[in-house]
Amino acid sequence: MMFLQVITSTLFAVTFSPLIGVVALLFTPADRKDTARWIAFSSSLVTFVLSLLMLSQVDSSNANMQLEVLVPWVQVGTHWSINFHLGVDGISTLMILLTTFLVPIAIWASFSVEERVKEYMIFFLLLEVGMLGVFVSLDLFLFYIFWEFSLVPMYMLIGIWGGKRRLYAAVKFFLYTMAGSILMLLAILWLGNNLKSFDYVEILARYQEIAPAVQMWLFAGFALAFCIKVPLWPLHSWLPDAHVEAPTAGSVILAGVLLKLGTYGILRFNLALFPDAARQFAPLIATLAVIGIIYGAVVSFAQKDVKKLVAYSSVSHLGFVMLGLVAMNDQGIEGAVLQMINHGISTGALFLLIGMIYERRHTRELSEFGGLWKVMPIYGALSLIVSLSSMGLPGLNGFVGEFTILLGAFGSHVLASPLYTVFATTGVILAAVYMLWMFQKMFLGPVTNPENNHLKDLNWREIAVIVPLIVMIFFIGLYPKPFFDLMHASVHQMTAVLDVAVHATGH
Amino acid sequence: MTDFQTIDLLAILPEIALTALGVLVLVLDVTWRGKIRQQLGVVTAVGLFAIAALTAVFTYPAESQLLYGGMMRHDLLAFVMRLIFLVAAGFTALLSVDVDNLGRRGEYYAVLIAAVIGMNLMAASADLIMLYLALETTSISAYILAGFLFNEERSAEAGMKYFLFGAVTSTVMLFGFSLLFGFAGTTNLYQIGTTIQANSLAITVIAVLVLVGVGFKLAVFPFHFWSPDVYEGAPTPVTAFISTASKAAGFAVLLRVFLIAFDGTNLQSASNWLPLLTSIAVVTTSLGNLVALTQKNIKRLLAYSSIAHAGYALMAFTAIQSAPVQAEAVAAVVYYLVTYVLTNLTAFGVIILVAKNVGSDDVAAFAGLNKRSAGLSLAMLVAFLSLGGIPPLAGFVGKFFIFMALVKANLLWLAIVLAVNSLIALYYYLLVLNVVYNRPVAEGATEIQVSAPYRVALTALCVGVVVFGVIIAPFYDPITRIFDLVK
Repeated sequence: MMFLQVITSTLFAVTFSPLIGVVALLFTPADRKDTARWIAFSSSLVTFVLSLLMLSQVDSSNANMQLEVLVPWVQVGTHWSINFHLGVDGISTLMILLTTFLVPIAIWASFSVEERVKEYMIFFLLLEVGMLGVFVSLDLFLFYIFWEFSLVPMYMLIGIWGGKRRLYAAVKFFLYTMAGSILMLLAILWLGNNLKSFDYVEILARYQEIAPAVQMWLFAGFALAFCIKVPLWPLHSWLPDAHVEAPTAGSVILAGVLLKLGTYGILRFNLALFPDAARQFAPLIATLAVIGIIYGAVVSFAQKDVKKLVAYSSVSHLGFVMLGLVAMNDQGIEGAVLQMINHGISTGALFLLIGMIYERRHTRELSEFGGLWKVMPIYGALSLIVSLSSMGLPGLNGFVGEFTILLGAFGSHVLASPLYTVFATTGVILAAVYMLWMFQKMFLGPVTNPENNHLKDLNWREIAVIVPLIVMIFFIGLYPKPFFDLMHASVHQMTAVLDVAVHATGH
Repeated sequence: MTDFQTIDLLAILPEIALTALGVLVLVLDVTWRGKIRQQLGVVTAVGLFAIAALTAVFTYPAESQLLYGGMMRHDLLAFVMRLIFLVAAGFTALLSVDVDNLGRRGEYYAVLIAAVIGMNLMAASADLIMLYLALETTSISAYILAGFLFNEERSAEAGMKYFLFGAVTSTVMLFGFSLLFGFAGTTNLYQIGTTIQANSLAITVIAVLVLVGVGFKLAVFPFHFWSPDVYEGAPTPVTAFISTASKAAGFAVLLRVFLIAFDGTNLQSASNWLPLLTSIAVVTTSLGNLVALTQKNIKRLLAYSSIAHAGYALMAFTAIQSAPVQAEAVAAVVYYLVTYVLTNLTAFGVIILVAKNVGSDDVAAFAGLNKRSAGLSLAMLVAFLSLGGIPPLAGFVGKFFIFMALVKANLLWLAIVLAVNSLIALYYYLLVLNVVYNRPVAEGATEIQVSAPYRVALTALCVGVVVFGVIIAPFYDPITRIFDLVK
């Protein structure tokens, strides 16, 4: 009975529904490429629909975990226990929706992949399971399993379908993440050992039992794993390599969701479980985040490869998210969560657009382009909207997120210095510089390269892939309220705890 | 001991059945001619699995007891270990059927079965004499197996090398046993344990001597030098068997001898030899992984990786130095062995098939394997990721329990050594997977045919690797009681 209850629960269905597609694909002959593509696409759509169903069941006024599934898994006497525990709150609901929204788009954009389509789609769907699993897990052991598991398909996607230096990039990606993860595993084990439980909800309820000195170590263990994933400067060096070598859809998911696993982890585990340590570490993380914001922007400007430019811009954007998180107030964290979604949408769209031009020209060198607007007006217009969104033009999604984060950071008691905000704001200006510079180089002026004269504009599939993202860009930009509403209760509950920690330590 | 009881029979039921199976195979070897000889391996495998089932159902020890005048112990450790050996041997037999000059020879399977009998007795023996006999039964069978293809220089060399190393180390251990007898005045492990505690210097010296023999079985530093050459030269199914079952048998002896005879449950006595074990574990693991990085031959690579894995398990064992963690430490060792045996057998299964097809054991022979056989490359993926400790595969859970034991025993530094090593190991596992999935197929290479026995074996092994990684509790719970029941 219990088994039936578990597999019919909404969260279980959402998380593991991509496996239906995987099983179907396993029985698809390798030469039936179109069948494989459509199976994967419809499977990911099913997951999206299920996630909407989940959204309808989530009560956004309730700050606690909802739709929980709880089954004991491993129990070692009274020593410790591992549960199969799933659940969502407003924050993870948004993350899940981001994932289930981006994956079908990424898969649809991958219809142009011709090599080993079946395996590609299998790995993509497995990746979706891993990512969703991270967002729904409420047991540290289970969380770790999904966290690590999500590495494997991404490693394969980069390693098999990537560019020239794919081996280097894939192994670097895997080992970098793994290096942080193992220390996190030790921290998880310490928690499980001393609190006799790996259950997130239980640990959360008993976080005060952890001595402050130990909190610092545990915080560091978790934070290292997450900051590598984010990536926080100076742990970012795997990211440009992974992005440049990854196939287009791989980059979309990498930027769109995988990096968010890091920021989500910081929020869900570091801030919630170790609030005292979080307060201590906040200035350090904020400093690194601000350096990342400026560094990412400056380095973006220096890039010749468009994809690398966007990759470095991610370092900058994720710096904003981190800054918002460690501001530790409602505005900062809500802005950060919204900015996670914004970055997923805008950067995802940028990578898709770059992939489209790459398929036509097989180069991403900025110097190869120029005056594309005349040849590909639809492509140009879409690129303009996405670029503007990425650099935070008011009225588009990026602005709302960044503005809220900056407000939060400015008023933060934890950071207690306007300097972070001042420097971060220069990042906004720099973003405008490199984005407009890129746009100008690629689209404006005369057509300098004769090879670009006869490029075909986007076809219906390519347009259809981008349009949902554009819609979301405007939607969030003009009416972000539903998103804030969904997360507000959960965020506020967290900041209430953080406030107590702040006052307890005398600030 | 007065009269013969059912329990006496049950305690050696697996060995009796194994002997019968060995005879059956030899009879079939003489009577079967032609194509049907292919089935010799299948018969052996089915027999071994049947005996495993028989063992599991009928010989579960309700209570631990010494039998045969203290020669054998009927307890949970022996029970679990027997199952590991039987299953490993069953898969080895299945994976042998298509191997040239090996798969159709009855005596090969008979020697394999003899080795299993030896291992079973190793796990169960509670007396130095019994233990030595069992060890030698296993070792001599293993020497023969390693040199089985005596027409091939490499195999003959492997057999010889294995034998020479084995002979020397086992002599040293025997010397240790004799000292042990001299100090304790008895050959029974359980009585030794209660009499020897007083003399700490003696324990240390003897422990070193005994460790030479056990270390040889485990292939840990500095007794590992034979293993890369033997692994490379021996017929691949034999390599699979030696690297899994034989290693597990070594751990069975390690657990019983060091916990009982050297009184490891008593922290005072354990402190005489634990630092030694700890340093061996650290050096073994690091050395195995670092040297594995440079290997071009897949069998040598797995040899060094398996040296490292023995080090991991040894690390788990050292967690017995914290009294409340002892049961978990032993459980971690055993769970790790189970996961390691399944995983390594999977890897070797793939290697056997690829080597048969390509005629080479080089890592390069695996280039583009996924285009030549999707199934084999998937098995390779499962095996190597599990070796690397990636969830949700068995290898991860095995490592998890080791980490848990170490953290609980406050051996954080060992846990970090293990963590760093896992990372290094992951690197070379990923490189192999990269060859499998990423390199272009060599010219003229065809699709690799996988015959039914291999298909069954590899499927079952892969399922096993996943099952032990996901459904953990039913296996782990009984294992945690081994420690209490071995005392």
